[in-house]
Amino acid sequence: MSEHIVSVKVYFAIFLALLVGTVLTAWVAFFDFPGPLNAIVALTIACIKAALVILYFMHMRYSSRLIWVVFGAALFWLAIMFALTFSDYSTRSWLPVF
Amino acid sequence: MAESYATEHEVSHPGLQHHFENMDQQREASALGMWVFLVTEIMFFGGMFLAYTLYRWKYPESFEVASNHLDIWLGAVNTVVLICSSFTMALTVYCTQIGRQQLQILFLVLTMIFGVTFLGIKAVEYKQKYDDNLIPGRLIPGHPFNPSVQEEGKPADKHKLHLIPGATVRNVELFYWIYFAMTGMHALHMIIGLGIMLVLLFFSVRGRYGPEYHNPIEISGLYWHFVDIVWIFLFPLLYLLGRHIGHG
Amino acid sequence: MEEFKVPPPSKINYLNAEYGLKSWLLTRDHKRIALLYLGSISFFFMIGGIYAMLIRLELLTPHGQLLTSTTYNKVFTQHGIIMVFFFLIPSIPATLGNFLVPLMIGAKDLAFPRINLLSWYIYMLGGIVTIYALLAGGVDTGWTFYVPFSTTFSNSYVVATGLGIFISGFSSILTGLNFIVTIHTMRAPGMTWFRMPLFIWAHYATSLIMILGTPVIAITILLLAFERLAHVGIFDPALGGDPILFQHLFWFYSHPAVYIMVLPGMGVVSELIANFSRKNVFGYKFVAFSSLAIAIFGFLVWGHHLFVASQSVYAGMIFSFLSFAVAIPSAVKVFNWSATLYKGSISYETPMLYGLGFIGLFTIGGMTGLFLAALAVDVHLSDTYFVIAHFHYIMVGGTLLAYLGGLHYWWPKITGRMYPEGWGRFSALVVFIGFNLTFLPQFVLGYMGMPRRYHYYPEEFQVLHVLSTAGASILGVGLLIPAIYLLWSMRYGPIAPANPWHLPGLEWRTQSPPPTENFEQTPVVTWEAYEFAPIDEMEVVGRYGESKAEV
Repeated sequence: MSEHIVSVKVYFAIFLALLVGTVLTAWVAFFDFPGPLNAIVALTIACIKAALVILYFMHMRYSSRLIWVVFGAALFWLAIMFALTFSDYSTRSWLPVF
Repeated sequence: MAESYATEHEVSHPGLQHHFENMDQQREASALGMWVFLVTEIMFFGGMFLAYTLYRWKYPESFEVASNHLDIWLGAVNTVVLICSSFTMALTVYCTQIGRQQLQILFLVLTMIFGVTFLGIKAVEYKQKYDDNLIPGRLIPGHPFNPSVQEEGKPADKHKLHLIPGATVRNVELFYWIYFAMTGMHALHMIIGLGIMLVLLFFSVRGRYGPEYHNPIEISGLYWHFVDIVWIFLFPLLYLLGRHIGHG
Repeated sequence: MEEFKVPPPSKINYLNAEYGLKSWLLTRDHKRIALLYLGSISFFFMIGGIYAMLIRLELLTPHGQLLTSTTYNKVFTQHGIIMVFFFLIPSIPATLGNFLVPLMIGAKDLAFPRINLLSWYIYMLGGIVTIYALLAGGVDTGWTFYVPFSTTFSNSYVVATGLGIFISGFSSILTGLNFIVTIHTMRAPGMTWFRMPLFIWAHYATSLIMILGTPVIAITILLLAFERLAHVGIFDPALGGDPILFQHLFWFYSHPAVYIMVLPGMGVVSELIANFSRKNVFGYKFVAFSSLAIAIFGFLVWGHHLFVASQSVYAGMIFSFLSFAVAIPSAVKVFNWSATLYKGSISYETPMLYGLGFIGLFTIGGMTGLFLAALAVDVHLSDTYFVIAHFHYIMVGGTLLAYLGGLHYWWPKITGRMYPEGWGRFSALVVFIGFNLTFLPQFVLGYMGMPRRYHYYPEEFQVLHVLSTAGASILGVGLLIPAIYLLWSMRYGPIAPANPWHLPGLEWRTQSPPPTENFEQTPVVTWEAYEFAPIDEMEVVGRYGESKAEV
């Protein structure tokens, strides 16, 4: 059960990708996309950057399935919190049932 | 996996605690422990992200106006600084794994320097907000939230709020409270991280960590990367959301 | 059953391995930390109990003659805060769980012994801060701290109390983290997931809630404190905030917190029912997975606390439906316990009496919860004594009874002494009667319209209130008796054998009390959970650890 050692090359590639992502997200922010796209684009780039950090810097890609489950649980519960809270706020303005 | 523990008895490493059977088990436990801890951190920040999402959804114009008043350049530079520190932290772990002690110490120090730089830039930003009277509520007694508002027809002043239709000063204040709560909590995590690294540095210099035993470096790295990830989300959510409407 | 070899009795155990105050305050032994928790939790339970008696005394008369309204507000608030955050949440996990999780899976200790000790210190720090707040002037917001009353209008020590709860939350997180890592990485060879006692499954599920829920209440209380101190607003409508957001965040933790309280109790009861009917639990996997299901579903139902709080009716429907769904895994447990009893060789020792009491009272508490989950009925029952009675059936009838049952059951292992069985059964009966007399009338009161948190009430309610107070007195006596005889037994009780109940679990295969590292050598597990041999074969373990096989 020896650990996996990630090579410097991979680390460096990820580092560059993160820098590119940062420049990209700042640059596209100045364009106005229709509708909710502004937020979607920004969050997509942020999610990709976060995924790179998690997978390579945090060695998730080489970790046991258990670690994936633990991390997945956090995302799942976060999703519960958001979804059910917004089930309230997003339906407040609907017409009353009666 | 549990079966393998009892039979083999390796030569005891000084870093092995008495209640673990071997180094593998200890390493697995500490890594899992840190990941579980990060789950609690995700939920902790999650509460604030929820509040952010709700009010951004409720008051989009005010949030765009308020966000435009943040300094995008300082924010972007800080993002780069933090990514650099994450990179050097990853290299610290790598150098420990391959047993290069001098490089390990070097990268650890670099990581700390980047961390301190981040906090310094953050302080500059906070000072700017203080000067523009953008500290919400009575966070600083005697210095209420009282930004000056850009009037139509006057030359643009970057110290003034440029309100667009639908935006109100009260809701801008709400944004700034969320901004200070989130970045403040993030900065607090950075400070804790730097404190942990001081301890790591102390033991690294004494040659405690090497290919055999490096859990503390590894899991501190996990923590540091997590703090980086929080910022990766904070940057677009706080600094970039209203850039397309132009007004600074 | 060839594994039944208990090491020859050794005089050295975790209690007498070291002496002196320092050896306790700096211990990293999970068993000693469990005892530290036991002592401090009992202390907080006593304080909470005194507040409870004050409430019941005040409600004897309809005109609030004992306490002023402000004092009464503080008394019920502090009763709730102490009982929920400083007794019920840590009760079973921090004492029995701390003691037994490593023993039951054959580990030498929890994965992070120092963090375990730290969690106790954090708990004590949180407790001291809270006690300070109570002494300085108390808090009157109700244990739920609803805004904007707590942020803007209350003139009591909200921030200090909140800080105490914030701090103690970390102890809960650290305990949960320790359990999860321990259960994943420290199981003895052969101790597969489905050979684990159900107590461990329940604690695993509890730990999930602790680490996923507690951070949310931490940030919520922090934001509340800042809002109160610095007049910045996320929750205050005057500042553009939304007070319902506080309730969402608060109940996101505080509803699952109910399962932090009751899941470990279910774990204890699973042990009691199986072991005192000497039968494998009916549908072991169903009971195990229902613990996880409760941990997950428990997070989906918090909105039923907001039915009448201007939450959207559509969200109300979703939450109502999901609240009904959480009854399924709970019912699975009750049915499976009942089926376990069927044709078992049941013996009615004290722990089993508590276990059986739990099943009945938990069922009543759970069923009345369904009333409250129904949207329309809740409009009538919300914030009445019906709610009070409902959750006391879960928290006292459930958690407290399981805690007492577990304490009696493992008492010989913890202290090395037997408790007096006669007194045990007697007090179990007194507790059961006293509890029901206290809270059954409250269902009726609530249905008739008695609101919670009021101390003036119409005179026609007085009979039921007097009944309830009488029951509370009996309950108080019933709790005092075990406190006395358990303390007494620590010095004068008969010496306990390694395996007084003749059971197969790992914790019974080491001496009583266990040595510091729990087992002489790492055990290898070759049997399933609850694999009972006939009694005389179990005798191999024998009294005082003698082995019949060797004889």
